[in-house]
Amino acid sequence: MPSTDTMADTDDPLVREHRIKQQAAQEQRRDAVVRVVRQTVTFVVFLGLLAGLYTGYKAFGQAIDDRQHDWAVVGSVLPRTDDLNMPPVSEIFGQFGETPGGQDQIYVKILFDEALFTLREAFAGFMVGLVIGMAIALALAQWRRLEQGLLPYVIASQTIPLIAIAPIIVIWGRKNFDVFPWEWQDWMSVSVIATYLTFFPVAVNGLRGLQSPRPENKELMESYAASWSQTLWRLRLPASLPYLFAALKIAATASIVGAVVGEISAGVEGGLGRRILREAFNYTTGPDRLFASVLGAAVLGIFVFLVVTAVERLVVGNQTQESTT
Amino acid sequence: MSEVPSMDEAVSSGQGAPPLVIDIRGATKVFNPGKSNQVEALDEIDLSVGPGEFITLIGPSGCGKSTLLRLVASLIPPSTGTVQVNAKPAEQARLDRDYGMAFQTAGLFDWRTVTKNIELPLELMGWSRGARRRRAAEMLELVKLSEFANHHPSELSGGMQQRVAIARALSFSPSLLLMDEPFGALDEMTREHMQDELLRIWKETETTVVFVTHSIPEAVYLSTQVVVMSPRPGGIASVIDVDLGDRNASTRDDPAFFTKVTEVRTALRKVEE
Amino acid sequence: MNTLKGFSAPIVTGVVLLGLWQGVLALLDPQGFVLPAPSEIVGALIDNWDEVFQGARITGFVVVSGLIAGIILGILAALLVTRFRTANETITPLAVAVNAVPIIALAPIFNNWFGLTSPRSNQAIVVALVFFPIFINTTRGLSQVDRSQIELMESYAASRSRITREVRIPNAMPFFFTALKLAASLAVIAAIVAEYFGGRQDALGPMITQSAGLTRYDEAWAAVLAGTLIGAVLYFAVLLLERVAMPWNSLIRAQSGDQ
Repeated sequence: MPSTDTMADTDDPLVREHRIKQQAAQEQRRDAVVRVVRQTVTFVVFLGLLAGLYTGYKAFGQAIDDRQHDWAVVGSVLPRTDDLNMPPVSEIFGQFGETPGGQDQIYVKILFDEALFTLREAFAGFMVGLVIGMAIALALAQWRRLEQGLLPYVIASQTIPLIAIAPIIVIWGRKNFDVFPWEWQDWMSVSVIATYLTFFPVAVNGLRGLQSPRPENKELMESYAASWSQTLWRLRLPASLPYLFAALKIAATASIVGAVVGEISAGVEGGLGRRILREAFNYTTGPDRLFASVLGAAVLGIFVFLVVTAVERLVVGNQTQESTT
Repeated sequence: MSEVPSMDEAVSSGQGAPPLVIDIRGATKVFNPGKSNQVEALDEIDLSVGPGEFITLIGPSGCGKSTLLRLVASLIPPSTGTVQVNAKPAEQARLDRDYGMAFQTAGLFDWRTVTKNIELPLELMGWSRGARRRRAAEMLELVKLSEFANHHPSELSGGMQQRVAIARALSFSPSLLLMDEPFGALDEMTREHMQDELLRIWKETETTVVFVTHSIPEAVYLSTQVVVMSPRPGGIASVIDVDLGDRNASTRDDPAFFTKVTEVRTALRKVEE
Repeated sequence: MNTLKGFSAPIVTGVVLLGLWQGVLALLDPQGFVLPAPSEIVGALIDNWDEVFQGARITGFVVVSGLIAGIILGILAALLVTRFRTANETITPLAVAVNAVPIIALAPIFNNWFGLTSPRSNQAIVVALVFFPIFINTTRGLSQVDRSQIELMESYAASRSRITREVRIPNAMPFFFTALKLAASLAVIAAIVAEYFGGRQDALGPMITQSAGLTRYDEAWAAVLAGTLIGAVLYFAVLLLERVAMPWNSLIRAQSGDQ
């Protein structure tokens, strides 16, 4: 088999056309690397800007002494700028390295362990939600009648604020989930909430993805007299991947939100959500710790988003479509 | 090409029986029958195609060329009449995988490499991995794309993608190749190049081809028979035999070629009136 | 006729689902079950109508005001960012990543900023939550325009603002409405959860948690039902708005639905 280089002087016009295309693709790959570097740099710059803005606003508020006067905007529409409401950036970040009273670990390590706990809840819920969501998508894609009848309820289900009834779910779980071979634990109830938030984008986008193959691709499979499962595995599922990943990015984030909020309202100990609630109670003695713990949740959210994005790059490669939910 | 044992039954259209690959009798097609948007797409079609023929369906928009092709492919059933492929109902021919199809867009699966795309029908038919690999390599050689075996379709030009689609359609040595305006989206130079490629492959594989096109020169250049179709409802206006011998670079400048082009054009004009 | 047909399937499904729910509970009668039968929930809604209605009004105000502010901010930011190509290319991926932050976790901070019992902190949560999907999707819609349409307008020597009005904004409409549908239901959930951390105590959020704490599940679910209704009303309002704003879109959908 001749290598690409030795074929350079081919007279096949198609191959020549391909060469040009290949060069463009190479440039595109190089651009992609540049883009990642640039985005990382912008993110850092953005964080710096945000910190600068925060500090600047605080300094401005302090200078005009917002506590003493009733200013129209500063300290009323926008927050007050004293150290209790807006602890200095340096103290928020400094908090990460400190050891809170009654603890034997530095704060960032505590947050890290709790983030792992929350991540476990979210991940368990995410995986179950993924399976349920795909099952619904498959069923709806298979039976049009079902799609017409059920899809509105799948959408309506998301307007039910299940997060807010997290305590009910925990109680419910303790009482009723003894059908499972394992012992039901409270954190699993939090996972149920993550599942509830995950299945929806997966079901809706999964359905769109399963329906996305073009008519000629479906006809092709039909012309091979391909079976339902052959068409599913070889055409519908691969075609749905770009749509599915758009949903997974949303779902991953939502599962973290579900886990954090679920912990708070369900009173489950050990995770980041509970940490935030505790720091909110102790606000007056350590506002910087509350800010630091909220930052921890932000990092966790962005982390799972980046993980899904990375998996998408690996699985789908460059053929990602822009699809919005 | 012919050393694939499992395909032998499917290819054997001529075991002494009348060697008709396609036999359509009194086929009609009505879409949405009984509804307000009822469309009579095809009316009383009779058509027979022998083995090794290259048939082109040509006609104005809405004459039902693609519908007729899909009737043969058994992708849609006829409203009345019969469609037989290899002396059995078209549905059975589809289940027996008697034909390969190519569409206007190459319709390759983006997530599969070129090789894996060609292997797709073989996978569905349960070929072993080794046999698939061997056959895909043969097909790639046939369409002169061996060096692109592991590329993804998005890395190929439009003409190359169409070649892969043809290789895919032919990979399991079907006795019949159905093509729906496969070169419609290509530029003129690439198109002529692909026509020569297709004729070469047709001769090498001795497949029967049904080819839908809008282009009169393309129809004349490729076919042994041009079927001119009339619109509303779709029907066969005339069948023009083309006997230009082996095509080569000078065929397109041959007076006989132009005579045939004019003949087809005249037939089409009549249809439009 | 066709619209009637479109509605019949969901209605039939709904009746079947409700019947199943009621029937299974009547048959099994589980003790201490936290999901009451539909009839009980509706009963609790009627019995506590005044409180639930008051709660729905308060929460509804937070939702609608936050939603509107979030939409306006999101659109303005999108218009601003798409004016500058580099800003668009750097800020939009950034916003997508920042959107992954669990904004609801900001509630305790907002409570301290805006007052524990003020609905302002709840509104702030809703605004922040609505802002990102609207901004991200509208930006995509404004920038992912068919090149040839822009070139056509440029060939007419159309001004930049004219191109924005004639090409970019219509193109962004479907993107915007997709995000708005998402944001409308997000806003209700966000408001109710935010209320759990602070804000007025007679809103829906506290009502749900207090009733659940007292194991009065039918009342908790009645409040949940009220929240669901707010979400549903908003969702259909968005659908209606979409029809009015993009008459061509439903036409396209009707045609493609035929095939």
